[in-house]
Amino acid sequence: MMISLIPIIPLAGSLIVGLMGRRIPRRLVAMIACAAPSLSLLLSLTAFARLLQMPSEGRLLRASLGSWIASGDFSVSFGFLFDPLSAVMALVVCGVGLLIHIYSIGYMQEDRDYHRFFALLNLFLAEMLVLVLADDYLLLFVGWEGVGLCSYLLIGFWFERPAAASAGTKAFLVNRIGDGAMVVGLIWMILLFGSLDFETVLTKAPTVLAYGSVTVSLLTLLLFIGATGKSAQLPLYVWLPDAMEGPTPVSALIHAATMVTAGVYLVARSAPLFQLAPVTLEIVAWVGGLTALYAASIALVQTDIKRIIAYSTISQLGYMFLGLGVGAYAAGIFHLMTHAFFKALLFLSAGSVIHALAGEQDIRKMGGLRRSLRVTSGSFLVGALANAGIAPFAGFWSKDEILSAAYGSGHRALWVIGALTAAGTAVYMFRLYFLAFEGKSRLDAHTLSHLHEAPWSMRLPLVLLALGSSTVGFVGVPPDSGVLHRFLGSVFPASAHEASAEPASGVVLAVVALVMAVGGIAIAFRYYLRDPARAEAFTVRYPALYRTLLHKYWVDELYDKTVIHPTVVSARTLSESFDARVVDGSVNGVAALATRAGNLLRRLQTGQIPAYILSILVGTVVLLGYLAFSG
Amino acid sequence: MTGTVPLNAYLILSAALFVIGVAGVLIRRNVLVIFMSIELMLNAVNLTFVAFSMFLHSMDGQIIVLFVMAVAAAEVAVGLAIIIALYRNKESLNVDEINLLKG
Repeated sequence: MMISLIPIIPLAGSLIVGLMGRRIPRRLVAMIACAAPSLSLLLSLTAFARLLQMPSEGRLLRASLGSWIASGDFSVSFGFLFDPLSAVMALVVCGVGLLIHIYSIGYMQEDRDYHRFFALLNLFLAEMLVLVLADDYLLLFVGWEGVGLCSYLLIGFWFERPAAASAGTKAFLVNRIGDGAMVVGLIWMILLFGSLDFETVLTKAPTVLAYGSVTVSLLTLLLFIGATGKSAQLPLYVWLPDAMEGPTPVSALIHAATMVTAGVYLVARSAPLFQLAPVTLEIVAWVGGLTALYAASIALVQTDIKRIIAYSTISQLGYMFLGLGVGAYAAGIFHLMTHAFFKALLFLSAGSVIHALAGEQDIRKMGGLRRSLRVTSGSFLVGALANAGIAPFAGFWSKDEILSAAYGSGHRALWVIGALTAAGTAVYMFRLYFLAFEGKSRLDAHTLSHLHEAPWSMRLPLVLLALGSSTVGFVGVPPDSGVLHRFLGSVFPASAHEASAEPASGVVLAVVALVMAVGGIAIAFRYYLRDPARAEAFTVRYPALYRTLLHKYWVDELYDKTVIHPTVVSARTLSESFDARVVDGSVNGVAALATRAGNLLRRLQTGQIPAYILSILVGTVVLLGYLAFSG
Repeated sequence: MTGTVPLNAYLILSAALFVIGVAGVLIRRNVLVIFMSIELMLNAVNLTFVAFSMFLHSMDGQIIVLFVMAVAAAEVAVGLAIIIALYRNKESLNVDEINLLKG
């Protein structure tokens, strides 16, 4: 029962704040909104402690809330499940979510829709917890759609701005494409297994489906398409950079702790199924690796502070899928966890910068912020180091593990891609850091006068997340046998653990990755801090490359030309020809026919009573005659 | 008694009365006359009932006649009320002018 309260509490908080928020003071709104994730976190920790007391093989808590759908021999129950994987996800979601709630108290102070924001934030958290605690695919899908809805509402939170409104719509529509594939997958799953329960599906999978069969490959591929939509992978990543139109805490919540990790969670949860489909795993790994490199290359030239971090998120999610695809499920979840910390930290620091600069997001107009924003710049530096994969910060351990798993499982090409991405990550992270926080100030006088460090409610989460980003990596040390891996061990198929390389080459790989990252920082230092003119010269020397990256490989334009424009045009054509002529025409035609027939028949209604009586008489005579003579 | 007047004579009389009633309803224009014609039709039917009752030595026909007369009395009450209401509205009892049902 306890674990079903974990998602219910934020849901209740959302209802209270949403329905009564207008009538209660802001301070109380903030208190209620922050109490909900705190309670959920407390409950998750209690459940986590109970898991730890159990024997390591049977770590599982269940809460059944009764039957949901019962139709013939197909039934779906309403229930929650708390196993090591759910535990890690729930703790990350609640923990990071709580810090973001606290941060929002200060960040949204000036906003007139204070209570709406907190109600949506709580709802988002509740849906995400439903997603990670569900014990079958259908309830997971409820949470899955719930976070999609909340992200639409939160990205478009400032809906008076056309850019925000259309970004919300874009996120919603792009996600629908993935969700459509997922629905097909779920229906197929019902046909194959007669159930959507994780336990039934995942234990029956090896007997029902043959290893490497077309069925299991297509089924897992459908689930993976759903995951690419939610987790912003190629080719459905386009919504995520635009999602930056939302308030910064939303960016942190969506990109760090919650929504985008849903796809990773789905694949990790379905690991026994994916394990049967080597082809799909190969696709997952390649999509992940290519997305990582692709997004990192775009991040190199962007100038909007939040967009750089958004592309970085896409790139890091690519790493997670790379890990999952080469069978290192625990490493993927490990990276998800460390990423939640440092990406939340980066976004919240960026938010603090934007807050201090009264809405300025262009890093070309910043510079030298370190001197006035000490806490923010310090925590951003920690986040950047963690993201770039510098030891001993969190990102190093998890990223290194994924890379060595890729190398060890024989995916040398993917390892090269991953290592290149690591270097690129270091370059774009420190390009951002150097341009924004170091060097000479490029602020105008007005912004300079507005410059101030954030209030305590924003500084506290920054400091806590910075601590987390520097230490959380140690739960995965030593690689492949750290605390986290032993804890998660019972969830994932056994074969998935043997994938990584032997220790000796593991150290070599780690050193290579570290050298790449340090090299990246050095490049960023040379080009953007010591000699900014060099960066300019570079863009002049390779204009085609620079423009391609700056325009994000023209993918948005491509989608616009190949998908969106034809869809809109054909929809308009259909509405003007088929809908107006055929559909409306037939409906109106039936109505006109009735009118005309009525006009003909009304002549019979003379209103002359004798005429009516005569017709009655004639009718009676005919009827009687028929009865008398027919037999 | 029964031997003197055959059943057929009663039936022919009542058929004649009924046809006169129908003709009156169809031909006459005055609502009151139409009304009386309807009463005539009812009584033609009553005559048939009574004739059969006597011929078959059964009281059923006579009982039904009492019912028909009771219903006819009620019908007269309602019908006359409608005619008065019509006259107040239309200042006329000519059915040709009463064509509110015209479609």
